[in-house]
Amino acid sequence: MKPITRIRSRTAVLADENVDTDRIIPARFLTTTSREGLGRHCFNDWRWLPDGSANPEFALNRPEAAGCSILVAGRNFGCGSSREHAPWALLDYGIQAVISSEIADIFRNNALKNGLLAIVLGEPVHRWLLAHPGVELGIDVVAETITLPDGREFGFRLEPFARHCLLEGVDQLGFLLQQGDLIDAFIREREGREAAIHGRTAQESRSPTTGAGT
Amino acid sequence: MNPRTLFEKVWDAHLVTRETPQTPAVLYIDLHLLHEVTSPQAFDELRARQLQLRQPDRALATLDHSTPTLPAAAGGERPYTNPAAKAQVAQLEANSVQFGVELHGWGSRQRGIVHVIGPELGATQPGMTIVCGDSHTSTHGAFGALAFGIGTTEVGHVLATQCLLQRKPKTMAITVEGRLPAGVAAKDLILAIIGRIGVAGGTGHVIEYRGEAIRALSMEERMTVCNMSIEAGARAGMIAPDQTTFAWLQGRERAPKGADWNRAVERWQQLVTDDGASFDREVVIDAGDIVPTVTYGTHPGMAIPMNAPVPAARTAVEQRALDYMQVTPGQPMQGMQVDVVFLGSCTNSRLPDLRVAAGILRGRKLAPGVRMLVVPGSEQVRVDAEAEGLDQVFRAAGAEWRLPGCSMCIAMNGDQAQPGQLVVSTSNRNFEGRQGKGARTVLASPATAAASAIAGRIADPREYLAEAIA
Repeated sequence: MKPITRIRSRTAVLADENVDTDRIIPARFLTTTSREGLGRHCFNDWRWLPDGSANPEFALNRPEAAGCSILVAGRNFGCGSSREHAPWALLDYGIQAVISSEIADIFRNNALKNGLLAIVLGEPVHRWLLAHPGVELGIDVVAETITLPDGREFGFRLEPFARHCLLEGVDQLGFLLQQGDLIDAFIREREGREAAIHGRTAQESRSPTTGAGT
Repeated sequence: MNPRTLFEKVWDAHLVTRETPQTPAVLYIDLHLLHEVTSPQAFDELRARQLQLRQPDRALATLDHSTPTLPAAAGGERPYTNPAAKAQVAQLEANSVQFGVELHGWGSRQRGIVHVIGPELGATQPGMTIVCGDSHTSTHGAFGALAFGIGTTEVGHVLATQCLLQRKPKTMAITVEGRLPAGVAAKDLILAIIGRIGVAGGTGHVIEYRGEAIRALSMEERMTVCNMSIEAGARAGMIAPDQTTFAWLQGRERAPKGADWNRAVERWQQLVTDDGASFDREVVIDAGDIVPTVTYGTHPGMAIPMNAPVPAARTAVEQRALDYMQVTPGQPMQGMQVDVVFLGSCTNSRLPDLRVAAGILRGRKLAPGVRMLVVPGSEQVRVDAEAEGLDQVFRAAGAEWRLPGCSMCIAMNGDQAQPGQLVVSTSNRNFEGRQGKGARTVLASPATAAASAIAGRIADPREYLAEAIA
């Protein structure tokens, strides 16, 4: 992944609350084994009319939304399923940051792991952004601030480890793999404890039928 | 030790390392469930990095999402909705062989919806951490497990390390006092709960359902409740294990046996919230107030008693939802004309769900023009239902009896409603287009679904239930 330190773009606004992951990418496009090429189905049923033409009513189809890489969305964006296809589709479509007053847990986790900024702002500034589509915003991941065109700055907080990975351009699996020895020790200790409980050797007790306890 | 909640006990027991301000906790995962839709890119990642599964015996895979529910042709060819769906299934079959994962695929008598087969096999056990690339993994919390949905990147993390990086969620207690009235289902209860706390009411929290009404629920009913925790935005839903849990699990294929069983139950009995433990948020609900409940809008939080008037829209988005659903504020949902009825999904496709619906449909016919799909949750449910003759009841009524799978809940296998059709569905999501582009979904209990299929309109099941019993 490329390091992400700052993003500068005009905003596109999707004011609807509770935009779910089925809206972001309908399930019928999930019969894929790839992460690529999902952008053309991003917001598919909202974006395209039955005859295949662009729906002029859809906010992101308006001329002023063209080329915007920051999406300001209504409250509780990304609710619903765990499909990572949602952030993959948004990124492929050209969105680099989603801003809302509340973002669903699984979507936010998935987004940050793919280099899609998921930024939660307080109600007043969120309301202002919803009411002012097309403003030029600066997002600074180092300082954790967004800057409005008039120079006003507002802070946000990313989960510190996710932020570290974004800034360094590294993924989280690398860190987990580095914990291999601790994980091995945990598994050995657990197997030993289960064997003691069940009066068997650790080897014999390595079956998933021995459920974890406390 | 300080008094702890059920969640905290399970969380603490799985910490490889605690969280710090800089890094999340490393949480060990006991059981990793896999299906064909959210796993292919994770296996690709393993191949790209030349990694193996850390503990292949803690993974369990099945085929459910993009699988056809119509039988194979005489030549063995299955009616996939498109070549991509077939390729996705073939990919999981190949990945399971390459990486040594147990797959309940075609031909397995244990294939089924991932959240139906985990418990059925006894793979889901109290005190476990369970994950799956599927948000309805919260279902398994019914057993006192900490179970939650993850994305595909995290599926890769668990495959490679058997662990996840997690920040500790907050806790929320939902106490349901009293008893559910006769004819009122667990589905009505959870819809009423989501209607009350809202579609984002649980965001950032793990819910523990407690109280007399929860204790009185069967395991299948508890699974229905925990299943929809994510529809309130919660990370997970949990219910402390008790005699109901133990009796349900005992003797299942992967459950401990003999003396191990007794020792396991002893440990599991510790999995309760200690007196004096505190939750970040508490909600109390009176079960006696719950009546048959349905959704009227385009998310599960838009739920009301079926005989209550649809509320007026407060925002443009709500108005859009009412317009999409073609409902009128001030009018009740009860009585609305129905086109399709779907009985199935990880929420309501287990044997008792089919029994209650069959009890209402027995000796009756679907209303003219109504199509009804009945999709058992697993091969085991299908076989058990057929042994009781339930398939014959559904068929005689005019419903289609299908093979197990997610089917019209997610509508990615070709089972879908047509634009504008109103679907009374026992599934979990009424999002715009979820059951087919333009389809209008009304979430309901199996009893309401069956009653509505007969009436051709959204109907209160209690009059039919009374008759079925009499």
